[in-house]
Amino acid sequence: MAEIVLDKVTKRYPDGALAVSDMDITIADGEFIILVGPSGCGKSTTLNMIAGLEDITEGELRIDGQRVNERAPKDRDIAMVFQSYALYPHMSVRENMAFPLRLAHVDKATVTRKVEEAARVLDLTQHLDRKPGNLSGGQRQRVAMGRAIVRDPKAFLMDEPLSNLDAKLRVQMRTSVAKLQRRLGTTTVYVTHDQTEAMTLGDRVVVMRGGLVQQIGSPQSLYDQPANLFVAGFIGSPSMNFLPATLADGSLRTSLGTFPLTDRVRTLAEAASAPRDVIVGLRPEHFEDAALLDQTERARGGVFTAPVEVLESMGSDKYAYFTVEGASAAELDELAAETGAADLADAGSQLVTRLSAASEARLGQDLEIWFDPDKLHLFDPHNGRTLTYVK
Amino acid sequence: MAVISSTRGGKKARWAVIDVIVLVYALVPVLWIVSLSLKTKDTFTDKHFIPRSWTLQNYVDIFSTNQFLRALLNSVGIAVIATLIAVVLGTMAAYAIARLDFPGKRALVGVSLLIAMFPQVSLVTPLFQMERSLSLFDTWPGLILPYITFALPLAIYTLSAFFREIPWELEKAAKMDGATPAQAFRRVIAPLAAPGVFTTAILVFIFCWNDFLFAISLTSTTASRTVPAALSFFQGSSQFEDPTGTISAAAVVITVPIILFVLFFQRRIVAGLTSGAVKG
Ligand SMILES: Nc1ncnc2c1ncn2[C@@H]1O[C@H](COP(=O)(O)OP(=O)(O)O)[C@@H](O)[C@H]1O
Ligand SMILES: [Mg+2]
Repeated sequence: MAEIVLDKVTKRYPDGALAVSDMDITIADGEFIILVGPSGCGKSTTLNMIAGLEDITEGELRIDGQRVNERAPKDRDIAMVFQSYALYPHMSVRENMAFPLRLAHVDKATVTRKVEEAARVLDLTQHLDRKPGNLSGGQRQRVAMGRAIVRDPKAFLMDEPLSNLDAKLRVQMRTSVAKLQRRLGTTTVYVTHDQTEAMTLGDRVVVMRGGLVQQIGSPQSLYDQPANLFVAGFIGSPSMNFLPATLADGSLRTSLGTFPLTDRVRTLAEAASAPRDVIVGLRPEHFEDAALLDQTERARGGVFTAPVEVLESMGSDKYAYFTVEGASAAELDELAAETGAADLADAGSQLVTRLSAASEARLGQDLEIWFDPDKLHLFDPHNGRTLTYVK
Repeated sequence: MAVISSTRGGKKARWAVIDVIVLVYALVPVLWIVSLSLKTKDTFTDKHFIPRSWTLQNYVDIFSTNQFLRALLNSVGIAVIATLIAVVLGTMAAYAIARLDFPGKRALVGVSLLIAMFPQVSLVTPLFQMERSLSLFDTWPGLILPYITFALPLAIYTLSAFFREIPWELEKAAKMDGATPAQAFRRVIAPLAAPGVFTTAILVFIFCWNDFLFAISLTSTTASRTVPAALSFFQGSSQFEDPTGTISAAAVVITVPIILFVLFFQRRIVAGLTSGAVKG
């Protein structure tokens, strides 16, 4: 077990591509940390630098306080699970899992014991003598995990280990990975592009974009206090809604109408010396069908009326989609293009709201919608930073 | 049910017929030579597929002359050495082509393609002149060198196709599992590359073993004459004797190593290829 420190780590590939720049993270002993971000943001590169498979261009990597930049992967005592599993096709499951132990010259009896123990934990006992080629995707994934855990490494690195599984299996495996990590208590760095995986698995999540760390924090703090537009749009599903707006005389003018700011938001915005033009962010769950609320609740929030364009009933809630006019900010378009997320593609023109199942919203009909103005986020349209950050 | 099984039966029958045609087409000439080699001298021309009177005399004859044994030795030696060198060089070149990006990679592939397509016949005369002035004519290296030249493109192509199929992430996985680069190569990459190397070795060996053009033009004595060339020099014990029987026997004898070679390695090739991929 180990503490891993990335100190201003930068990676420039020989072709000049800057994949990771100035990365600063301290991963505590036993922590489960997630690197998340859109594809190409440098997650795998970061992981490979920790593993020793890629050289570090600048900065220092320390494991348990010792600089390891120059150490070969085999001298770092770190195990890795690859997206493709990278099982050795010519070896049986048993030989695959025993391989790291045999390389470490562990005696035969111990190898057998450890492999069989790992196989039991991972429910692979009856497959030990089969070749990886004859296993299902989920079984191969478990063999890859087994090969990593048999030798009690200082840390695990996992590069999108579940992304080749079908959706149902992925959810199952997600739970077992989390359980396994808690049980072993081994420092784990887990890479994914899936924000749901990031939110459900980690102690802490590192959101990356274009080789830069955007924000580091617990899943809940990223959700409640996104540091910028990117994190706000990336974390949460469906994504946060964004609207261009103008701040004037303590109220907020948007294409949905003009609403007074609550004290909390006004204080925060003043502290951040917010500009006149801002972007408002509102999560889908902070909307409600106005007809379901009592008078005081209703009066506390903003209300507007719009026709329901798409209605999805999930049983427990209803998702209602609206189109709002108004120019979308350049920053929002860029964000949508970069994340490539379908539900962000319309950011700034489409509004997603989550209503109670009791709502009587009808497709195509006007609906009075209420939102909680105290929950809204404000962002600077020029640099995307939040203007409503609680210290 | 009846319909399904009858169409299935029909399909099987169709395949059986096709298989038989292919087998007959390929095997009849070979069996004819085997038959000729077993016939006595006076029944060569009796036009019977199955010999009326059997003899092993032709085999005894070829092995009792120094001429054939020496040619066999030349063939084995030259083909084995040329195969070894071509496969080793080809492996290195193919590894570089499959794994690395280096300046001149496309030129290398282009040039080797060019060599493969070059008509060998047009090189015989210049090679003959060159080898004579370099005193390589009628020596083992005199044949090994051109064999390597023409076998290399074949080796590079086959091997780089095989190497491209190896998931190189396995090498990274081995490093993470604690292997040195040499261990990663020996225990993970080499076993996966082996089927490709064996296949290539077979192809190159057959190419060298069967060559007649260079063997006949670049040799003049038993010092380096290989079997295909030596066959054309076979004569009966007197000039009135027909050498057909001995030639057939020799042809059968030189086919045997190829068959053994392929049978022996085929197992390993098939085993290697079906041992299971990483994904899918
Ligand atoms: N071997 C390489 N050579 C050059 N550029 C690379 C190489 N590997 C990755 N990159 C670039 O580095 C960036 C980050 O890649 P990567 O770490 O694989 O992203 P992620 O895993 O987050 O999808 C990408 O822009 C990618 O094109
Ligand atoms: Mg990646």
